[in-house]
Amino acid sequence: MSEDKVAVMIPRELYDKVREKIAGTSFTSVEEYLALLLENEFPEEAEYSEEEEALIRERLKKLGYIE
Amino acid sequence: MERLTAPDCVERASEEASGLTTVQVDEELRLDVENVAFGLYSPLAGPLNQDDYLTVLAKGRLTSDLPWTIPILLDLSEEEASGFSVGDRVALAQGGESFAVLDVQEKYGWDRKTHCECVYKTLDPAHPGVAKTQEMRPVLVGGCVEVFSPSPGKYPRYRLKPRETRFLFREKGWRTVAGFQTRNAPHIGHEYVQKTALAFVDGLFINPLIGKKKSGDFTDEVILETYEAAFKHYFLRNSATMVTLEMEMRYAGPKEAIHHAIVRKNYGCSHFIVGRDHAGVGSYYGPFEAQEIFEDYPDLGITPIFFRNFFHCKRCGGPQNDKICPHGPEDHVNYSGTKMRSILLEGKRPDETMMRPEVVDVILRHKEPFNP
Repeated sequence: MSEDKVAVMIPRELYDKVREKIAGTSFTSVEEYLALLLENEFPEEAEYSEEEEALIRERLKKLGYIE
Repeated sequence: MERLTAPDCVERASEEASGLTTVQVDEELRLDVENVAFGLYSPLAGPLNQDDYLTVLAKGRLTSDLPWTIPILLDLSEEEASGFSVGDRVALAQGGESFAVLDVQEKYGWDRKTHCECVYKTLDPAHPGVAKTQEMRPVLVGGCVEVFSPSPGKYPRYRLKPRETRFLFREKGWRTVAGFQTRNAPHIGHEYVQKTALAFVDGLFINPLIGKKKSGDFTDEVILETYEAAFKHYFLRNSATMVTLEMEMRYAGPKEAIHHAIVRKNYGCSHFIVGRDHAGVGSYYGPFEAQEIFEDYPDLGITPIFFRNFFHCKRCGGPQNDKICPHGPEDHVNYSGTKMRSILLEGKRPDETMMRPEVVDVILRHKEPFNP
């Protein structure tokens, strides 16, 4: 297993339910489906440079979206 | 991901574009190209190549398997398309003004009938999307765009890009945000749906669609001004905001509901409100088809919030739905957009149980509140 992945255990019954759900879909594994669900739950936050952050903040203030 | 030219490179990009073969596009396609560049159509990098186009038609996904349902296409005449080759960079212009470059990856033919069947589920020329398809030109061009001169938009004050809305949500402390798509002035039913959704999320993102719509729809001016009035009197700044989405309305029902959800996900929304017959027109789609299609997209990345039937109940008082109201149809009044429209066309005021008086005031101030 690669160093950037961690094994997680789930109840077999749950695993079988997920496997049944994704049968015939484009998901190739239960892991892939579960990883996607969790990615959606913990989305990546956008990163901004200091300069961009200042520009956006100024624009939003000017337009009245923030004070 | 944005595809905008860096500010310090804009002048050079504009000069470069002036020496390229220029392809003229209409306003609607310009908006699509800009939406690609802003990241609203992520993961698209430009008008679709053939493989992606055909897969979108057949499966409602790109060849990468990512969800995508509404083809974004650059259509040209044979003559126009013969003016450049695959591998070339061309300038895109609208109204005589170059605004972007396109790196041409493919030129290909297409079948209008298959397109209409797959996207609109009808070949009826009375469907606005079918009518538009019949007027499209025979050559499609796929490639990657970069926009160096985006238009300010029809309402610059409300036209934010995804990087700006995501920043806004973070500043407001909104971890969950429900997006609401609309092409109408708000009535009480809309407000009920919006505020019900707001009970479960941190923020409400009202996102009126500004752009080409069919005859009989509210004008963009009325949509915006009525929402401004609604916001002033009936919403809290801390929990609701409004940004315009400049985009053509396709009236593709279920397919467009997915497209609308993807765009709001790209804005940073975590949830998307889907009502009855979302993005529909006439009776081409079943009342809940636009909700059922979400079952095919568990990987969409945005959670739909479905609203089925809601109405004003004279006995309960106020908006209700069929899960919570024990009274019969004789006590129910539907929030009928068609009925409200005919009342307004007569210069009369819909009942206050249907539409807020401040919203009605705005509509009646306009001589022609509906598209001709």
